[in-house]
Amino acid sequence: MSDTARDVLFDPLVDNNPVTVQILGICSALAVTTSLLPALLMCLALTSVAAFASASVSLIRHQIPNNIRIIVQITIIASLVIVVDQLLKAFAYETSKQLSVFVGLIITNCIVLGRTESYAMKHGVRMSLLDGIGNGLGYSLILILVATTRELLGAGTLMGIPVFRLSTEGGWFYPNGMMLLPPSAFFIIGLLIWLARTWKRAQVEQPDFRIQESVE
Amino acid sequence: MSDRGTEASRRDGAAHTLLVALLVSLVCSALVATAAVQLRPRQLKNEAVNKQRNILQVVDLLEEGKSIEELFKQVDAKVVELASGTYVEDIDAAEYDQHEAAKDPALSVPIPKELDIANIGRRATLANVYLVRDSGDEVQQIILPVYGPGLWSTMYGFIALEPDANTVVGLQFYEHEETPGLGDQVDNTQWRRLWRGKNIYNELGEPAIEVIRGKVTDATGSQHQVDGLSGATLTGRGVTNLLRYWLGEHGFRPYLERVGEGEG
Repeated sequence: MSDTARDVLFDPLVDNNPVTVQILGICSALAVTTSLLPALLMCLALTSVAAFASASVSLIRHQIPNNIRIIVQITIIASLVIVVDQLLKAFAYETSKQLSVFVGLIITNCIVLGRTESYAMKHGVRMSLLDGIGNGLGYSLILILVATTRELLGAGTLMGIPVFRLSTEGGWFYPNGMMLLPPSAFFIIGLLIWLARTWKRAQVEQPDFRIQESVE
Repeated sequence: MSDRGTEASRRDGAAHTLLVALLVSLVCSALVATAAVQLRPRQLKNEAVNKQRNILQVVDLLEEGKSIEELFKQVDAKVVELASGTYVEDIDAAEYDQHEAAKDPALSVPIPKELDIANIGRRATLANVYLVRDSGDEVQQIILPVYGPGLWSTMYGFIALEPDANTVVGLQFYEHEETPGLGDQVDNTQWRRLWRGKNIYNELGEPAIEVIRGKVTDATGSQHQVDGLSGATLTGRGVTNLLRYWLGEHGFRPYLERVGEGEG
């Protein structure tokens, strides 16, 4: 269990990453990572929701009755998500259209509720805020890596700016159309998990059971 | 120990539970309502500007660094009754939205099965049209909204015609969810350029414009044909069908005939 502010903030980046270690928040990681700009906006939205939700839940944690605690947490999260969605529609209209329902789906993103229930209900406001930000950043790190790979290989651009000259416009680069389809995000996240576990051996889980050696 | 026990029982009692639920709901709803009300005007403006941008884009009037609203002053928004092809003057064209109207039974009609080649179902009785005029008030371009199903989604776009009401200036889809990398190439600038100068109608006055499979060869009819998008045959068929419907007898044809004769 991490205790210092530094640990709470940076632990979720690699050592306890919500996506690659806890395998949470995968569905939005597949959906919004075809290009970098919407992915960045999604990261910002999720990080701010996670931070404020954790802080708010922590603030009233001594008042929340045990038997309605999940409902209270979801109400707070849902309200914050609606506010963020409205803000995006007002200030980042074009990109928010690409994100469509996925901003709304932050409500059901396991990372946010996971952090309020497992951390913010038991810790102080400051630490909960940092924990929310840290987990948001861990999610963001993965999303940015996936989105960069997909946009670069799938469309030859980054943030919509051409990086590789496409073959259709007389260049050398043949875009890989599969990168723009959801399954490619699965492969990339899989590779990232493999990389993380090669680097941090401690993340490799013990096998649940071993196949018995043949005696003959 | 007993302190903690009483604290927990107070917190989990019915009265306290109701109170907390009520307060949380009140605070949250106030927060959501404030955000929605405060940001509404800005969002509506975004939507309006976005629509204007799409219209300007189809006739290549979009210029870097100039405000959309300023550029849109060249465009004259009108409302047309599709059946008769005449302008309706007592409706504010800037406010009218035919896609909303198509959902309202009072403002729309079902499309007869045999005419509904694009599978649209219902259409509004009144439609938006946009005219680009030159300095001498002569109509330069006619922009018509078109929509219909592609492979996965309804594609929404605009087609721009010359004043002869037959020659294509441009075609642009601003909203669709076609296959990434294949069908979504309906946005491709290269492909969109192929439309310029094509003719909609054949000698019989029927809409003959068509997205074919493969490349257009110089054989007969190429004036009405546009190269297919490879890997997107069904999206291309959707484009053909929706254009033929909207430019046909049940669509904008009556209006275009009037405009073509100079009565627009």
